[in-house]
Amino acid sequence: MTIDYASRIPNNVNLHENKTLQRALESWQPKYLEWWKEMGPEGSVGYDAYLRTAVSVDAKGWAHFDYVKMPDYRWGIFLAPPEANRTIGFGTHKGQPVWNEVPGEYRSTLRRIIVTQGDTEPASVEQQRHLGATAPSLYDLRNLYQVNVEEGRHLWAMVYLLHAYFGRDGREEGEGLLERRSGDSDKPRILGAFNEKTPDWLSFFMFTFLTDRDGKYQLAALAESGFDPLARSTRFMLTEEAHHLFVGESGIARIIQRTVEMMKEHRVEAPDQLRRLGVIDLPTLQRYLNFHFSVTLDLYGSEVSTNASNFYSMGLKGRFQENNITDDHVLTSTQYPLPEISAGQITHKPSSALGTLNERLRDDYIVDCQAGVDRWNKVIEKAGLPDRLTLPHKGFHRQIGVFAGQHVSPDGKVLTEAEWKAKSPQWLPSEADHAFVQSLMKRVVAPGQYAGYIAPPMRGIDNRPADFTYVRFN
Amino acid sequence: MAAELKRQHLIDPEVCIRCNTCEETCPYDAITHDRKNYVVNVERCNACGDCLPPCPTGAIDTWRNVATPYSVEAQLSWESLPAVEEPAAAPGEAVAIPHEVARLTAKAELATGATVPPWSAAHPYVGLYTPDRPAVATVAGNFRLTDENTESDIRHLVLDFGSTAFPVLEGQSIGILAPGNDAEGRAHHVRLYSVASPREGERPRHNNLALTVKRVLEDHEGRPVRGVASNYLCDLKKGEQVRVCGPYGQTFLMPNHPGAKLLMICTGTGSAPMRAMTERRRRRLALNEGGQIMLFFGARTPSELPYFGPLQKLPPALIDVQLAFSRVPGRSKEYVQHRLLAMGDQVAAWLKDSQTFIYICGHKRMEADVLATLAGLAKREGLDWPTLRSMLCREGRLHIETY
Repeated sequence: MTIDYASRIPNNVNLHENKTLQRALESWQPKYLEWWKEMGPEGSVGYDAYLRTAVSVDAKGWAHFDYVKMPDYRWGIFLAPPEANRTIGFGTHKGQPVWNEVPGEYRSTLRRIIVTQGDTEPASVEQQRHLGATAPSLYDLRNLYQVNVEEGRHLWAMVYLLHAYFGRDGREEGEGLLERRSGDSDKPRILGAFNEKTPDWLSFFMFTFLTDRDGKYQLAALAESGFDPLARSTRFMLTEEAHHLFVGESGIARIIQRTVEMMKEHRVEAPDQLRRLGVIDLPTLQRYLNFHFSVTLDLYGSEVSTNASNFYSMGLKGRFQENNITDDHVLTSTQYPLPEISAGQITHKPSSALGTLNERLRDDYIVDCQAGVDRWNKVIEKAGLPDRLTLPHKGFHRQIGVFAGQHVSPDGKVLTEAEWKAKSPQWLPSEADHAFVQSLMKRVVAPGQYAGYIAPPMRGIDNRPADFTYVRFN
Repeated sequence: MAAELKRQHLIDPEVCIRCNTCEETCPYDAITHDRKNYVVNVERCNACGDCLPPCPTGAIDTWRNVATPYSVEAQLSWESLPAVEEPAAAPGEAVAIPHEVARLTAKAELATGATVPPWSAAHPYVGLYTPDRPAVATVAGNFRLTDENTESDIRHLVLDFGSTAFPVLEGQSIGILAPGNDAEGRAHHVRLYSVASPREGERPRHNNLALTVKRVLEDHEGRPVRGVASNYLCDLKKGEQVRVCGPYGQTFLMPNHPGAKLLMICTGTGSAPMRAMTERRRRRLALNEGGQIMLFFGARTPSELPYFGPLQKLPPALIDVQLAFSRVPGRSKEYVQHRLLAMGDQVAAWLKDSQTFIYICGHKRMEADVLATLAGLAKREGLDWPTLRSMLCREGRLHIETY
């Protein structure tokens, strides 16, 4: 399955055979580029960035590395190859052939799912657009740009589905995706976390580690969809998403690496002493982790959700790796533990598995996060230090669902309002933390140079050396 | 090197983020994982490389030469990669090999031939000049080797290095830096060419070397494409200057001890290193050092076979030339492996001879057929090919470079 790069919009969906669709997308394309120039990475239009571009969707052509000016990045429409005779794996249509057209009765539901997913893609580009000014190295700047262009491509993937399958409504939604703005109170992005600022690189790495991982789980659930074009789109997006998670995980690991190096070299532990050495102390990292983890957990929505159970029964959105789960995939008689707070204790009660799908996806996500945190702790352990980072309890600092309006400590104890007020400042980043992290944000762009708070990567991108000129400013 | 080393594909657990893309991509189900690590099953991995591009971290691009391959269980228990057990021997390893060169070389030698040179090979210089600091050579001659009326344009190009030291051994390559930029304004990639002349120069006691260059007008799938470096080289005129990096290559080298036999199998411009080695031997013929050469050389037609004329004039005492033509009108197609079979008795006798050094160079698609034929001949002699092959590799007696 090679990609047609000859046409204006690279694609592997035979776009030239459907002139109406081609024209619609070709009229959306200049608007997209306008949006990119206005809201994409600040000041980057003339730079050559060493980026990965897909030249085909199979393994060999998947990652083609070369310098490219970002507005010339070949954004296009790539679907994973179709699986022959694929059937719907769950819900009331289980076992039926997958749909290649939108079933009329699910039209508006599907559209909403696609728009919600699509809206997060440009939102994150907008949130990150100022980060280039404080990049800790050329390597990191390049990674930021790679993340940005791929989020842009994910928007393309969703807009293609809207244009191809939802007619005029879909085209209007496509326009809307370019009109909303992250953090703009008049026309905000749909989901709360995507209206927050990404003010510094620590936040960026936390975001890519934690919030892009929510993206991974949402995409994985959509990759199970009975609507095959959506499943194939998201399956290919998942391959790209992996890089974003890598940027986050390795970014934090490198910050930890630098911190523990300084702890050992100068034999200091106290945060203020470490801060004077220009590195981020582990308690501050823990507070950032607590914050980003908790706001990302909210993205999964309420524990009990009729929407989620409808999406599942309709065959539109499955569970994470549905195929690997051994149950009936209909879930009308299966149960799942639902957290609740009673008498000041967090307990679990069995509840309908169909009603608690959000909670299940959130739990799967937490397992994945924990594995990443364990790997961070390896860096500290290797340095021979006893400190460890931990994921806070899933009830900590939550605004949505069972835990909203409750006060839960990172170790899972239900607190009174007074206790929370007294203790929460040590658990969440303070203004002073933000100001300190901000003070470290200085642009370092000489090849091979890295800001003082972050270690160089263990490996370069595409096996290039650490001092490779990943971005040329021309 | 005491033990036989196998090139094993591993995943660096400290770099891997467990995203599962490799496992999903692997066509052989060679990649598996537990809650801790992603690992490669050495029994199943055939080094196809499909998992390399999708890996977001580079953790997948980890290779070790090992005496005993690491089991899946061992890899699953790793916190980090074990220390390198291979001798720090790879000669000249400290030299900066450009990324592209390393890639090309690794691709050409992927998991097939020996990773050590013959024991009596001369010590090669590697990477003396880099793409950033290239040597500059002057074209001393550019001659067409194939008939004017054939579509294949193969040239013999002589480069003179003047007073710049550029020591090469037979079998080594040099990198050519074509001038100008590609359509997107970047410098062209380095292209590697095997040296076709012996170590003391195309013209003895002159600081020069020869290349065999085929003008590339189509890609592997036959689609029209104009090879940048090959067209640049083929069009060069006497007196023009060329930027060169290298030399590269530290295993595909010839033995120097008297009595060593060379079994050479090549197609097209894969003849370049064979010509270099043959020419070295020819010039030393009077020394009566012994050791024969058997050359199997394939081309479409005689007029497309580089060095066809000069080959005919070599003395039989030096070399036994076996030509295979696949497109001669009125004759059935013959490929090098067919010639090997035709000469089966002699080839088999050579396979059993510890003085035999085998060199295979040319099209990728020839490699499997040639190896299968050698395996067949070995079996006929009651030899176990996998055992023999690993011995040949271990002793630096089987060298493969295909592209």
